[in-house]
Parts: sequence; structure tokens; C-alpha cells
Amino acid sequence: MKCLAIAKKDIMMYYLKGPVVIFGILLPLFLFLAFWIGRELPLNFLMAGLISMTVFFASTSVSPVIAPWEGQMRTLLACPVSTSTIIFGDIIASLSFGICISLIPLLLAFCFGFTPNHNSCNTSGCLLLLLPGLAVLSLSDKPALDGHDDLIACSLSANIHKRNFHPCSGASSLGKGCFNAFSSHVFPDVARASFGMESFLSVYMDFIALLIFSVIFLILAIKLHERALLSRIF
Amino acid sequence: MIAIEAEDLKKRFGDVEALKDVSFKVKRGEVFGFLGPNGAGKTTTVRILTGIIKPDSGRARVNGYDVVEETLKAKEPIGVLPEVSNAYPDLTAWQNIMLIASLYGMRKRDAEARANELLKEFGIYERKDAKVRGFSKGMKQRLMLCMTLISDPEILFLDEPTSGLDVQSARMIREKILEIANERKTVFLTSHNMDEVNMMCDRVAIINKGKIVTIDTPEMLKSRVGGSVAIEVSFGERVELNMENAEKVGDKYVIYTTNPYKTICEVVDFARKSGAEIVSINTRTPMLEDAFLKLLEVEG
Repeated sequence: MKCLAIAKKDIMMYYLKGPVVIFGILLPLFLFLAFWIGRELPLNFLMAGLISMTVFFASTSVSPVIAPWEGQMRTLLACPVSTSTIIFGDIIASLSFGICISLIPLLLAFCFGFTPNHNSCNTSGCLLLLLPGLAVLSLSDKPALDGHDDLIACSLSANIHKRNFHPCSGASSLGKGCFNAFSSHVFPDVARASFGMESFLSVYMDFIALLIFSVIFLILAIKLHERALLSRIF
Repeated sequence: MIAIEAEDLKKRFGDVEALKDVSFKVKRGEVFGFLGPNGAGKTTTVRILTGIIKPDSGRARVNGYDVVEETLKAKEPIGVLPEVSNAYPDLTAWQNIMLIASLYGMRKRDAEARANELLKEFGIYERKDAKVRGFSKGMKQRLMLCMTLISDPEILFLDEPTSGLDVQSARMIREKILEIANERKTVFLTSHNMDEVNMMCDRVAIINKGKIVTIDTPEMLKSRVGGSVAIEVSFGERVELNMENAEKVGDKYVIYTTNPYKTICEVVDFARKSGAEIVSINTRTPMLEDAFLKLLEVEG
């Protein structure tokens, strides 16, 4: 229950902020429009990319914001809560936010008259798809937002954008090998599958990969946060 | 029964040895003052005792629980008031208090009743739904005290509770601390305000350069200063008073002596001979501040 209190605090403090919502919805929407306008592309192809991007941007947009704002770490740490509880609370908040924000493009897709081919995949996928992005969020162990981080964020965003819209099936064997190593690639793969398109891995394999990535990122997040706590206190 | 116990605590930050074998015990129901100049190791000690950081070696127990091995159990009976207000600025006063109540595992109904009681007591009930961002420093500190007391802790760690506050807020907080002390709760008080420590503490530890210099009652510490009486004298013009144990403090000289009559005569003789006018002359018993400075001076 203590992690729920942390999650509630995170949502009120960090997630319901203009920049977070703007970065989570508007940026992917404009990237989507830039990709869509002037091309004759099927709606399911575009929607899969849009959902993937929205979830990724929404979940990662908070990480550079949350750490510098969290100047109250001493207050939390003096309470009877463990570091893991604080991180789980952050993850629950991120998960709730990610679900809500990914519903927007999903609703948009339904408004365009789109019907998903893999219902089960779409419902459970909406939840599971978020996990790696959320774990990435948790990895942010110290205040960011300097020029260097912005550059990394931009290049990463460009890469993710490209990957979200370009399926990996046509890639070289090296590219296919790399596919498995990145959670951000598995993420749109399930989205594509849920929209009835060709996926590189089977849906079950994608889910397993997502779960593995989640566990790895979670463990890494706890370790990094524990190490970074001192720098956030002093 | 011992509420807080530190045993040979050591802590190093890079090349700086912040704590060197710090040991002390605080009895249950005691108000324990922890004094020291800036950078002496006070905050590091408090952070170790409250489970925020781990010592490099040594042991610390709170309520009988080891703060490293049984951190959560050690934290359950404590309330911590940090020096700087750490309330969430974008949350309301009520939301901040409820957050802390949840982290202490309090039932909602109990937490709400206690929060209402505390907010009224500290005079911020009317602002309970306002965001903390707009609070004054005094209000923030009163809110922090509400957050500290919400779980009705048995052991309180108060770090500079009245630092930089207006007279009204400072007095309100002091009165509350005395009230808590009367309830036989343990208070670990870090402060630079010697009057505050003198007024409230049963015992005082002085720490300097990471080492405990002494632990004693405020009265015993005061009695350790050179003489039993301090004579304060100020002259109408700038003079050089060459007397044993005379210290220049602002526009006055303070002379510590065991024979005030003889010392006053000597001061008057000095004034006659030098033609300096005595503006004021007072005798007073040494203050805790005198003892503090003297002990630090001896320590070098």
C-alpha cells in the first residue's frame, strides 16, 4: 500500500504537468503527421507506430523531469519505506499514466473506424507493452536535462521513430539479431501484431521478451537508484 | 532504557573523515541536544541514525533496532524534522500530511483525525487545501512539524527546528517540543541556538571535527568554563584591556573569574588609570554558548 501512496504522489506532482502531457501526446502526434501526410499508407500501419511512439515518449518524458524535481527524497527516506517501495511506486505511477495516455491514440484509431484483428493481444498488450518503457523511466538515476542528455534524447527519439514505422522483417541478419537486444523494438512489434500486421517475432515471444526486459530493467533500476540516492540527498 | 545508541560510528566522504568513532546513548524520555559548528558531523550522525545513509563502520540502534540491518523497524517509531522544509511544493498541506501518514501505514480515519488536530494546533488549518508553494517559511516549518508528528512518534529527530523562523513560529515550535518532552518522548535536537538547547535539553553532546568532545548536562557544561562568573564591561572609547581571561566580544570585554569583587576592582582601576569611561558593567553566570566556545577552543 505504501507504494500506492508514492504512486499517487508521483501522479499529482509530476505526471499531471503540461510538459509531460505535451511531450507524451503532441510530439508523437506531430511526428506521426509528418510521416503520414503525402503518403498512401494503411491506417493500421500508422496506428501501430503512433501507439508505440506515444507510449515510449510518455513514459520516457517524465524521467528527465522527475529526478530534478524530487528534492524531497530525504523526507521519503526518513519514513519507514525501502528504496524498492519508492521505485515500485514510481513504476505504478508511470504504468497508470502510460495506460491512460496510450488510450488516446487507441481511441483515435477507433474513431477512424479501425477494428483490431487481435483483440486479446490488444487488451493485454496495452498493459504489457508499457513495461519496458516504464523500466527505462526508472533507470533515470540522477538529474538530467543538460545539453548532452538532450542530444542523446533527440538521437534516440529519431531512432525509435524510425523503428516504430519500419518493421524489422526486411532487415539483414545482423539487424534481426540486434532487434532482439532492444526492448524498444519488441514494443512496436506487438503493436503491429495487434493491428493485424506482420510481426518479426511471434506475439508470445514478444511478451516473453518484454517480461525479461522488464525484470532486467527493474533490477538495474533498483541498483542504480540505491547508488544514486546519496547524490540526490546531498 | 536506551532509545538511541551510537557505537563507534565512522563515516568518510572521499578524503573527508566526517565521523571518527562517535559514541553516545540517549535514554528514553530524554531531550538530547547535539551541538557543533558547521561541518562538525551533526547532520551525518542524524542521517545515519535515521537510516538515510549507512556508516562505514560502527553500529547505531534506534529503539533497540539496528539502523542498518533492521532499517524499517528502526524507522517506524521515529519522526524526522529536517532543517530545510522538504514538503512537496505542488501538493497541498493536507496531501503532504496524508502522504506521510500513508508511508507510516496509518489508517485513513486515524490519519485524518490526527491531521486535523495538528493543523489546528499549528494554526494552518485554514490553509490546509492550499499548495505549499505559497507558504511562508514559518508556515512550511509548522507544516513539516505536523508531518513529523502525524504518526505520533516515540522518538523525534529535530534538525534546527527554529532556524530562521519568525518569533511567533519559533516560540510555537519550542512550546510544542517542550510539550512532547513532557509526554516522556525522546527528542534528539540539533541546534545552533544555545538558549534553546539550554532551555529544553536534559543533556548535551558537543561534536567537533567528527569527534564527540563532551556529553553532559547544560549546567555542568557551564560550570566547566574557567570561572563561575562572567563580567561584561563596555567602555566609552576603544581601549585595550590586558587582563587574564579577558575576551573582546563586540564592543564589550567578557572576563571569566572566580573572584568577581577583585576583578571588578581591577577593571575600575584600569578605567581610572587609562581615563576610559565605563559605560556598563554586568556580572552574569556563564552561558552555554561560553561553555561551547571554550570547549571547542580547548579541542583546537
